[in-house]
Amino acid sequence: MIYNEEYETMPREALEAIQLRRLQRTVARVYSKVPYYKKRFDEVGVKVDDVKSLDDLRRLPFTYKDHLRENYPFGMFTVPMDDVVRIHASSGTTGKPTVVGYTARDIRTWSELMARTLMAGGATRGDMIHNAYGYGLFTGGLGFHYGAEELGASVIPISGGNTKRQVMIMTDFGPTILTCTPSYALLIAEVAEEMGVDFREFNFKAGIFGAEPWSEQMREEIERKLNIKAMDIYGLSEIIGPGVSVECIEAQNGLHIFEDHFIPEIIDPDTEEVLPHGTPGELVFTTITKEAFPVIRYRTRDISILYPEPCRCGRTIVRMGRVQGRSDDMLIIRGVNVFPSQIESVIMEIDGIEPHYQLEVAREGRLDTLTVKVEVNEKVFSDEVKNLQNMERKLEKNIKEMLSVSAHVKLVEPKSLQRSEGKAVRVIDKRKI
Amino acid sequence: MKVEQISIFLENKAGRLAEVTGILGKADINIRALALADTSDFGILRLIVNDHEKAKQILKEHGFTVGRTEVVAVEVEDRPGGLNNILRILFENGINVEYMYAFVQQSGQNAVLIFRFDDIDNAVDVLMQNGVTVIGGEKLYAM
Repeated sequence: MIYNEEYETMPREALEAIQLRRLQRTVARVYSKVPYYKKRFDEVGVKVDDVKSLDDLRRLPFTYKDHLRENYPFGMFTVPMDDVVRIHASSGTTGKPTVVGYTARDIRTWSELMARTLMAGGATRGDMIHNAYGYGLFTGGLGFHYGAEELGASVIPISGGNTKRQVMIMTDFGPTILTCTPSYALLIAEVAEEMGVDFREFNFKAGIFGAEPWSEQMREEIERKLNIKAMDIYGLSEIIGPGVSVECIEAQNGLHIFEDHFIPEIIDPDTEEVLPHGTPGELVFTTITKEAFPVIRYRTRDISILYPEPCRCGRTIVRMGRVQGRSDDMLIIRGVNVFPSQIESVIMEIDGIEPHYQLEVAREGRLDTLTVKVEVNEKVFSDEVKNLQNMERKLEKNIKEMLSVSAHVKLVEPKSLQRSEGKAVRVIDKRKI
Repeated sequence: MKVEQISIFLENKAGRLAEVTGILGKADINIRALALADTSDFGILRLIVNDHEKAKQILKEHGFTVGRTEVVAVEVEDRPGGLNNILRILFENGINVEYMYAFVQQSGQNAVLIFRFDDIDNAVDVLMQNGVTVIGGEKLYAM
């Protein structure tokens, strides 16, 4: 189902005409309002009037997360604080958080995009949405919340945490759509099982999961354990939050980017060359309707791929592939590029293993070592040492075959790996390089 | 004539074994026999207790991965050659021992050997046909 038929199924030509007009307006806006953009544009010698076609986008300079930090907290806003009605910030795991602002119109835009997202994921106004994304500075909770209200669905603003209470609410209220991070979805199912509740008996029909990278195998596991359809959603606070792109329930094959608001590009992260459709690379976004916090060619560091072919759901907007990793979180182990999601795929190939794993990278002498810790559950546990050791060896062999990197697989006790109620901690890099 | 054994996955971390025994002690569960197999990374603790259902449940509640296996308990006289006699019978009948452990009864008369076999039914048949005393769960749990 499609929330905004007009914009989501628009012929390319009409869409591109709208994109160009909106891009020109955004470029003029940032140049005149934000000293950082004026300086950057002047540095590379590009003028506002130079943007005559969508191809001219590639003449504009990139924006990096560091630029946002340098202008912390409000230096990138294009409106006075009087016009800002909402502030969000991304978690500051490294340094200061990234702060973003919204005008009243930005909130309306975002709400509509989230209504589109929810409907693409199978929700209608008759649904009850169990929203377990965190409410607060993080955009997930409130983003989904406003989208659900815009759609006219009933939303349970449960936020993350207190998982036993979540299971109780699910039992008593009977929500039909689940929204949270994929790792939290599995955690809820685990807790339900411990409480003697069969998650598959709930009324849920679909879930929209994102805010952390996950794999096709994890989708299969979620769909099986929760007895729902699981859709991938993509977004980041620097662009708007959730609602940049989402999979449709009809195809579950690529995430539809709402191109009437964001222009995507794929670049080579090293040369910054724009790559053709169908080639994997780093996603770059330009917002073309945002008022308070527009960004020009923002380097997301997320590795993906763009597919221009229309989808069988009817949408004509471009699709992006599941995010395969981060161009900066990518681990380089003894010269080999390793994405945690690749290791996850290998782990999930073994029957009964759950995607509770952690990669630990260390440096012994001059050699990098990769330890893959995997939690042992009852399905794979054996009273015989050799069976468990065989499993370790098999995982090591498969990782070596797939990634050409030697890993030491170490089985650990269940729930011993750090598992926040939000994002799973996948990588611990102990190297001091 | 089989005995229930529970096995517990343990990481090689200080205090983990004590945690298991502490949990069982508090729950008033008595350990009849115990063996620990370990590698550099992990260990498998095998236990025969007086109430395996309760032990399994309480350990699971504490977050441990617990498995259940059927093993065979054999009683032999506690004297030189007692174990060898059993192993010879098994060898002669082509029965492979996955692992085993032993303990001496309180009375001091007999030793009890715990065997884990791949083909447990066949092993029990062979042992009994050769006049070996195979003891059942009820007797062992209550020892």
